[in-house]
Amino acid sequence: MMMSLFRPASPPDLAILDNHRPLIRSLSRRGLFRGTFSLGALVALTGCDVSNDASVQSALRAVSAWNDKVQAWLFDPKKLAPTYPASMVQKPPRFNAYYDIEHVKPVDGRDWKLEVSGRVADRSPWTIERLAALPQYDEIIQHICTEGWSYIGEWSGPRLSDFLDRVGADTRARYLYFTTADDYPTSIDMPSARHPQTLLAMTYARQTLADPFGYPVRLRTSTKIGYKNAKWLTSIEVTNEYKPGYWEKRGFNWFNGL
Amino acid sequence: MSLTQPVPEILPERQKPTLAPPRARKLHPLPIRVMHWLNALAMLIMIGSGWGIYDDSVIFHFIYFPHWIRLGTWAAQSQQWHFAGMWLLALNGAAYLAYGIVTGRLYMRLLPIRLRDLVTTVRETVHLHLAHEDLTTYNAVQKLLYIVVILAGISQVVSGLAIWKPVQFSGLTALLGGFQSARLIHFLGMSVIVGFLVVHVALSLLVPRTLLAMLTGGPRVGGQK
Repeated sequence: MMMSLFRPASPPDLAILDNHRPLIRSLSRRGLFRGTFSLGALVALTGCDVSNDASVQSALRAVSAWNDKVQAWLFDPKKLAPTYPASMVQKPPRFNAYYDIEHVKPVDGRDWKLEVSGRVADRSPWTIERLAALPQYDEIIQHICTEGWSYIGEWSGPRLSDFLDRVGADTRARYLYFTTADDYPTSIDMPSARHPQTLLAMTYARQTLADPFGYPVRLRTSTKIGYKNAKWLTSIEVTNEYKPGYWEKRGFNWFNGL
Repeated sequence: MSLTQPVPEILPERQKPTLAPPRARKLHPLPIRVMHWLNALAMLIMIGSGWGIYDDSVIFHFIYFPHWIRLGTWAAQSQQWHFAGMWLLALNGAAYLAYGIVTGRLYMRLLPIRLRDLVTTVRETVHLHLAHEDLTTYNAVQKLLYIVVILAGISQVVSGLAIWKPVQFSGLTALLGGFQSARLIHFLGMSVIVGFLVVHVALSLLVPRTLLAMLTGGPRVGGQK
């Protein structure tokens, strides 16, 4: 017989099981009772009941609001997101919205206008041509979705900070609130809006944006989670009033900086 | 001047060291017990809500977690739990490490681990000879498991930061091989902790005195800290 670490040199005397039968039985009964109890406690804790309790929900939302402050404090306006070589760009980009791609309603660029409101000096609307006349910037950055997937994409368009300077925005205002053609509002903080990698994107991989990805203009920022990058923009408001976006109203975190 | 010299008489009376013997402490002092159970709660919150977040976009197509063991009815709620639980896990974990280092407890209880002891313990376990009458010392396998799970916990906080803030902590995320790699490390860290939990809970149920000791403090251990 082969020597093995895991096999006793001499087989154990089976009488040991008989001699200690009551003890063994009480141990396994106790184990079962405790096991069931712990499992029950675990299920009760992880079940929907706890999460749906109103006081638990408001506590979780309060922590989420606290996390907004922590993230704003962590945010470094000078810190640039990593950029990548053009060979890594995914073509086409990954489509994602609160509906499927076949329900996309294309926007007609000829009569499209970007409205500007709130704490700005110049409220005249912007056309595609006017935006295209601003200095254009190109960036190859990672898109990170709150679900966990990611891809690398190349975006270009004017910097949002240049746009804000052009309309004479009050840069001490706290928020920018965006509305879109697909009824997907979103809002971001002023420091993130003025980050050099925050664009009003008009192209992807150096081609005019395709309809499913936000033609003619979408928000694209390297410092926010995917769902903050609203497509098919229709208006920008500079405001001190906090207005949550589509997903924040449904419980996702507001600041969600990367 | 030698350190062994008697305390000079010029010290005022009240500053003289007392001659009473050092009070024997419980095996698990109160702070340890509080931090242990807070950590248990934090781990359950982080694991259950982490499974809810994972299921939103799985890494392995053959692994997903059924609804009834997840924390949070859907991804947004699981995220709320996860980003609340992280504070409890990180703050309690930092307090535990600080306490363990300052009191010297971590070092005394978990080190050293000798290969010879490991082999002996494994052999005794297989031969069903494993002694567990003495709760006050850990065998080599226990020491190793506790060190592994502490390191896994630290790794979860680090990889969690790399996933949460891949731009602000871009250096850290790059060190872990990028966002998706950090995400995988975060998943594997969870797997290690869940594996530990299965063994840890099973053994504490098998030897209920250990479970009781984590509630009452257990026997007094004389003399030392």
